[in-house]
Amino acid sequence: MTTTATVRPDDASATALSTTELAAVRADFPLLERTVRGGQPLVYLDSAATSQKPQVVLDAGVDFYEQRNAAVHRGAHQLAEEATEAFEQARAAVAAFVGADEGEIVWQPGATAAINVVAYAFSNATLGRGGDAAERFRLAPGDEIVVTEAEHHANLVPWQELCARTGAVLRWIPVSDDGRLDLSNLDALVTERTKVLAFGHVSNVTGAVAPVATLVAAARRVGALTVLDACQSVPNMPVDFHALGVDFAAFSGHKMLGPTGVGALYGRRELLEAMPPTITGGSMVEVVTMESTTYAPPPQRFEAGTQMVAQAVGMGCAAQYLDELGMEGVARHETELAAEMLKIADIPGVQVIGPLDTANRLAVVSFVVDGVHAHDVGQVLDDKGIAVRVGHHCAQPLHRRFGVAATARASASVYTTVEEVVAFREALAGVRAFFGAE
Amino acid sequence: MSTLEQMYQQVILDHAKRPVGHGLVELAAGHGHLAGESHQVNPTCGDEVTLRVDVTPAGTVAGVSWEGQGCSISQASVSVMTSLVEGADLAEVARLDGLFHDLMSSRGKGLDDDAAEDALGDATAFTGVSQYPARIKCALLGWAALKDSLARSGALATS
Ligand SMILES: Cc1ncc(COP(=O)(O)O)c(C=O)c1O
Repeated sequence: MTTTATVRPDDASATALSTTELAAVRADFPLLERTVRGGQPLVYLDSAATSQKPQVVLDAGVDFYEQRNAAVHRGAHQLAEEATEAFEQARAAVAAFVGADEGEIVWQPGATAAINVVAYAFSNATLGRGGDAAERFRLAPGDEIVVTEAEHHANLVPWQELCARTGAVLRWIPVSDDGRLDLSNLDALVTERTKVLAFGHVSNVTGAVAPVATLVAAARRVGALTVLDACQSVPNMPVDFHALGVDFAAFSGHKMLGPTGVGALYGRRELLEAMPPTITGGSMVEVVTMESTTYAPPPQRFEAGTQMVAQAVGMGCAAQYLDELGMEGVARHETELAAEMLKIADIPGVQVIGPLDTANRLAVVSFVVDGVHAHDVGQVLDDKGIAVRVGHHCAQPLHRRFGVAATARASASVYTTVEEVVAFREALAGVRAFFGAE
Repeated sequence: MSTLEQMYQQVILDHAKRPVGHGLVELAAGHGHLAGESHQVNPTCGDEVTLRVDVTPAGTVAGVSWEGQGCSISQASVSVMTSLVEGADLAEVARLDGLFHDLMSSRGKGLDDDAAEDALGDATAFTGVSQYPARIKCALLGWAALKDSLARSGALATS
């Protein structure tokens, strides 16, 4: 399995998925065959919320339960051995897919949980847990945590809470009118006081790809740790955490063709080794006495309790599926679909929130329709079998930044076709007339 | 009529465009009037309404005014509700609230009770909305604000 080091969805030398490849991909996804709202074909443009799953991923879960089901990392029987092997192979597959070492991938229920593990590690270290090794995770009043105005609540609220618990101060990088991060004040924002710089790789609202190299360099200059929310990048473009140089990253299985209930935290090995645990209990310990406990090395230290083994196996399978498809091609496909989606900006009354060019952006396009609320837009599209997301997409501050309470959002995945985007555009063009908006 | 047209009845579209009671009115409490205000938010879609109610000493709704932003269903529903409850006594408001909630749980079937549907008047236009589980809370937002503002006014305790 190979992963490419660079992140260039606009790389013209890469090839997109061919029509035949795309047809073959679609045939792998049973749900795409169903009809909705009175027998119409489903046009699923909500993959940024959650993706559909290929048959191999569904089969991997069933196969695990039918053939290998047992608790992992305990028990001396054959099933326990096989279950453990499947679990660890899945970890290796996910690690290879994102440019990490096996020991650097911690299973978590999802990206939200993964980010919270890091935030609470800072809390616990600040309370004195983790000994000398955890010094890097200690916060003092006056220390700062920097996020961005574009964050999903999952990469904002845990940091607000951490600040409230520790007296650290939250600051944020603003967003420009074009939906990209405004880095003009970066040096004033990321300073010696900064202990954490947490940011999304790709916005789940604007589709903009963050300038990771610039942000990582700024954090490194001042010794801050970086936390990358990679939920939207991992499914849709080549991602290599080692090459990106981030300290932590979080992503979810269900957005990358895998099951719900599983995700991963990436942490540089030396940091995971130094980090105190957050969720404690069985399976994450070494020696337990009535007085105290010593903890297992990572990743087990952060995997307390019985794990979601079948889901992890499914996520490993999804990583392999994407890897075989080739992420350079997937990213090309995304760029092509983003260009098709962005043509909605030409429809009278439609305004896109986010970059209008396809460089460094994925096929996640949020928009408002003049005179028609996003919810009503979504309903009219749904009537034609077109599934989009409406609301604030768990990014209220970003919506507030653009002076809107809600947007509608179309997003693509590997199985999305240009024809689907065209159907979406045509339906969208009729929305204002339906509501008599002039 | 398609289910979409059943949801977006002309009455609803009209109310969304020209809402009744829109624009908050200063409440001059006194002369035994009770006044209350409530702010309600639908956290999933960000729809909001701020509603003020003015209740006479005799326990009738003297006036409702509101401000809000949201989808046509939520805004039209506050508007229809406003025209329905102005002048009604608190017992009637409670009955209408109950009937409207029943209508919203009817999965598109309506109330099957002519007297009840007559009482709801234009609000029966929301029958189609009850076929869409995700939209029911849009239609109920204004009713929640009314109930809460009445409770805050103290009128419910005294009546
Ligand atoms: C950018 C981003 N970050 C974080 C999350 C949270 O992921 P999950 O809900 O799977 O924990 C999401 C998905 O909703 C997302 O799009």
